[in-house]
Amino acid sequence: MRKKILIVDDEPNIVMTLEYAFKKQNYEVFIARDGSEALEIVINNIPDVVLLDIMMPNVDGYQTLKYIKNKPDLKNTKIVFLTAKNKSSDVEKGLKLGADKYLTKPFSVKKIVSEINNLLK
Amino acid sequence: MNNYYLLTIIVAYLLVLFFIAYKAEKNSKSKWVNNPYVYTLSLAVYCSAWTYYGSVGIAANSGVNFLPIYLGPVIAAPLWIVLLRKIMRISKQHKISTIADFISLRYGNNRFLGALITVICLIGTVPYISLQLKAVSETFEIMSFGNGHIASGILDDSTFYIAVLLAIFATFFGTQSTDASEHHRGIIASVAFESVIKLIFFLIVGAYITFYLFDGTSDIYYQMSKTDNFKKLITFGNLEEGFDWFFVIILSFMMIFLLPRMFQVSVLENSRDKHLKKAIWLFPLYLLLFNLFVVYIAWGGKLSLGNTVNAEYFSLLLPLANGNTLLALLVFLGGFSAVISMVVISTLALSTMVSNNLIIPYGFLEKFIENHPEKNATYIKNIRRISIFTIIILAYIFYINFSIELSLYSIGLISFVIIAQLAPSFFLGLFWNRGSSKGVIIGIIVGIIVTGYTLILPFTIEALTGYTSFTTEGPFEIVLLKPYNLFGIDLLSPPSHAFFWSILANTLSYLTFSLTSKGNYRERNYAEMFVDSSNYNTLQDSALIWKGEAYVADIKNVLVKFLGERRTKRALNLFFKKYDLPADTQMADARLINFSEKLLTGSIGGASAKILIAGVVKEEEISLVEVLKILEESKETINRNKILREKSNELTEMTSQLKEVNDELIFKDKQKDEFLDTVAHELKTPITGIRAATELLMDEDGDMPGEIKEQFLKNILQDSDRLARLINNILEFEKLSTDRAYINLQTHNIQKTLKRAIGNMQHIAAKKEVELINKNQFHFELIYDEDKILQVLTNLIGNAIKFCEPKKGKIIVDYKMGNQAIEFYVKDNGKGIPEEDIEYIFDKFYQSKNQNTIKPIGSGLGLAISKQIIEKHKGKIWVEKGTKVGTIFGFKLPFY
Repeated sequence: MRKKILIVDDEPNIVMTLEYAFKKQNYEVFIARDGSEALEIVINNIPDVVLLDIMMPNVDGYQTLKYIKNKPDLKNTKIVFLTAKNKSSDVEKGLKLGADKYLTKPFSVKKIVSEINNLLK
Repeated sequence: MNNYYLLTIIVAYLLVLFFIAYKAEKNSKSKWVNNPYVYTLSLAVYCSAWTYYGSVGIAANSGVNFLPIYLGPVIAAPLWIVLLRKIMRISKQHKISTIADFISLRYGNNRFLGALITVICLIGTVPYISLQLKAVSETFEIMSFGNGHIASGILDDSTFYIAVLLAIFATFFGTQSTDASEHHRGIIASVAFESVIKLIFFLIVGAYITFYLFDGTSDIYYQMSKTDNFKKLITFGNLEEGFDWFFVIILSFMMIFLLPRMFQVSVLENSRDKHLKKAIWLFPLYLLLFNLFVVYIAWGGKLSLGNTVNAEYFSLLLPLANGNTLLALLVFLGGFSAVISMVVISTLALSTMVSNNLIIPYGFLEKFIENHPEKNATYIKNIRRISIFTIIILAYIFYINFSIELSLYSIGLISFVIIAQLAPSFFLGLFWNRGSSKGVIIGIIVGIIVTGYTLILPFTIEALTGYTSFTTEGPFEIVLLKPYNLFGIDLLSPPSHAFFWSILANTLSYLTFSLTSKGNYRERNYAEMFVDSSNYNTLQDSALIWKGEAYVADIKNVLVKFLGERRTKRALNLFFKKYDLPADTQMADARLINFSEKLLTGSIGGASAKILIAGVVKEEEISLVEVLKILEESKETINRNKILREKSNELTEMTSQLKEVNDELIFKDKQKDEFLDTVAHELKTPITGIRAATELLMDEDGDMPGEIKEQFLKNILQDSDRLARLINNILEFEKLSTDRAYINLQTHNIQKTLKRAIGNMQHIAAKKEVELINKNQFHFELIYDEDKILQVLTNLIGNAIKFCEPKKGKIIVDYKMGNQAIEFYVKDNGKGIPEEDIEYIFDKFYQSKNQNTIKPIGSGLGLAISKQIIEKHKGKIWVEKGTKVGTIFGFKLPFY
């Protein structure tokens, strides 16, 4: 079965690179422009992993994470923050909330792909 | 009216007063008893029978001369705030119970001085009281229609019984407590009541005579103006009268402080010094009301009754002559009220003086020392009771022997001149610390001798023998020594003349002997406490300087004799607690000595207290220099404390200011952190895009479709542009907000600038097929930085385009004249800004959620920069609220 990944970010240029890289790895890729779009998608398409930005309009990354964590259907969905917020206090906060990984921008596409692959093994 | 009938009314009226006094005594804490109005009314004890009847007599015979007696108090009233408050403070602090105590304490608690003042007050007041009895007697006789009853002996004289009734009243309510410094609420309440009665009844009879018997004030004036001597009645007359006015005003000014009854009501019976504030205008008002009808009663009487009857009783005779007995009775009761209040308060004050300053210190101290406390208290009360009776009886005897021949006015003025001898010691002593007891005693004695020679002696000789050669030719025919014209001064009336010479001699003696005598240390100690009273207020017990050896047990023994075991114990416990001393302290210090003296002062007077305490302690002599040094030190301590307190307040102030600044800095710091965070985020975003796309392109092994490759390259370009723009904006914003930005103010044509802005944006609008309209074609010149304003306009127009729907969009740029400014508008018909965003729209990096594009091209700094630019021009930028369609941005630039 193809792995499902949901990329949540409000920056189209960044999304485009990730989409290309994961499709090449044979992932089924879903894209959401912000938290509220992401919530709609996760209900219908239970992804294996969510790549989540934090600073987004409307519903931000933290809120999205809390929502997913509260859904019993989504208990197997891994959550990875991918954000420009790289202060240690931010990282701590993200992991404490229950994120499986905390990755920072700018990133190496290769590294992101291998981290996600490892996470889903 | 029948004698017995009249007596019954008098007794009934006295019962009413008894009832009022009794009620007030029972509810002594009630606000009905303790308020500024009762206080003011009690001050009206100043208006005795002399005012009630005497003024009319003077008005009838010598015109407006009755007025200066009231002008003095009116002038004094505003000064009460300063003078009386100081006197009150000192009196309360030292438990002073008479004016004799007050003055003698100021001069070192001098026993002889206290006794001397008591004697002066007796000499000055007894004739005054007899004058009141005379008024009662004469009005009583008028009321009983002079129906032939002439007293054949004391027991047959109604005045005697009235005097006895007054004595009983004063005794009953005046000697409830041994501590004379305690307030006499009952007596004060009844005096206040009497003050109301006498004023109202006097006003009623005044109005009756003026408006009922005559046809108003102008009628009386008109009729009077046709009589002889009228001119003399309404004018000042000669220089002599001018001087008279002057001296009588000064005299009455002094009296409002010095008369024993005035000191009693104004100082000793005062419960709160803030009552003074009302009294200083209410009391003059009372006096004014009292004098309202005096002239008309006098003239009305003169016109109707002529000169055959005693003008002093016009107010009584006029209603009687017109058959109005009831009104006459009211007037009689009003006068009687004036008499009662004066007699009761005066005898109360005098009896305390006689017991505390004369009898106890000079005769009964030894007796007290051996006795039991309860017996002592009874003794003290009895001494006072007997004093009251004795004083009233003395006044009665004086009345029988002298007063019958004399007018109310002359006796009143003689009393005033005698009491005035206390003035130099009293007033100067409050402000001059060199005044000594030796100076005071000599001054008073000299003053009294001069008064005796210039006033009392000729007066008595005339009254007793009827010869006037003593006054007209001088003793042994020495013209310079004529008692009414001493050293040839013949400008003054006898009382003013006596007042002038006696006060002059008194003051000069006081000054001379004070300056030449060294004074003892205790005297100087009290002098400092009085003169500088506000400074020593905080010191309280420790203001008294004392050196010596004393045992607490001995002092306690003395206290027990007067206060009883229980009260002494309680007082001492309080004292020890206050100064944090162990309850079994053995040796007494200066504070305890002072404290004990004060405790005893209320009961037996200051002089006796000092003698009693001195009897059980071994006091060492302290030099004057030492006293002054210690006083100086304690003053310094107070000052130092004050400075310390000020310093500490300053520090607190500074701390809070620092905290404020710090809070502001922390807030700014936080803002800066947030700004940097946001900047970092905004910078990282395009970099992330560039980095990721570049990586993918580099690693590409030929399987990347062409269009994707192209897209990535395009994205890289776009992100680079965004990065460059962002950096420019950040720098610009930073420059603007740190004032480093250079604003180039020049005169420009608004129309040209607008056209440039629209020209710049036209192609972007065209791309989206949005209409861009320049509405106002008017040319106008204004001073501004064109590049910067262009930036603002471009930004606003750019935003408008961004928010507009393609093809349907319409943007209007407009400007108009506002108030001292030009107002610019950029309107669009786009989605509009949500209400909740409007507040934040000018914040940096705030981007509305409602934007039309997937991702805004803006840096998030556009509006923030625009705001800075407009504010640099001293203008304002805003978003119109409540627009139904689209958005309206406005800004205005002021005319420079």
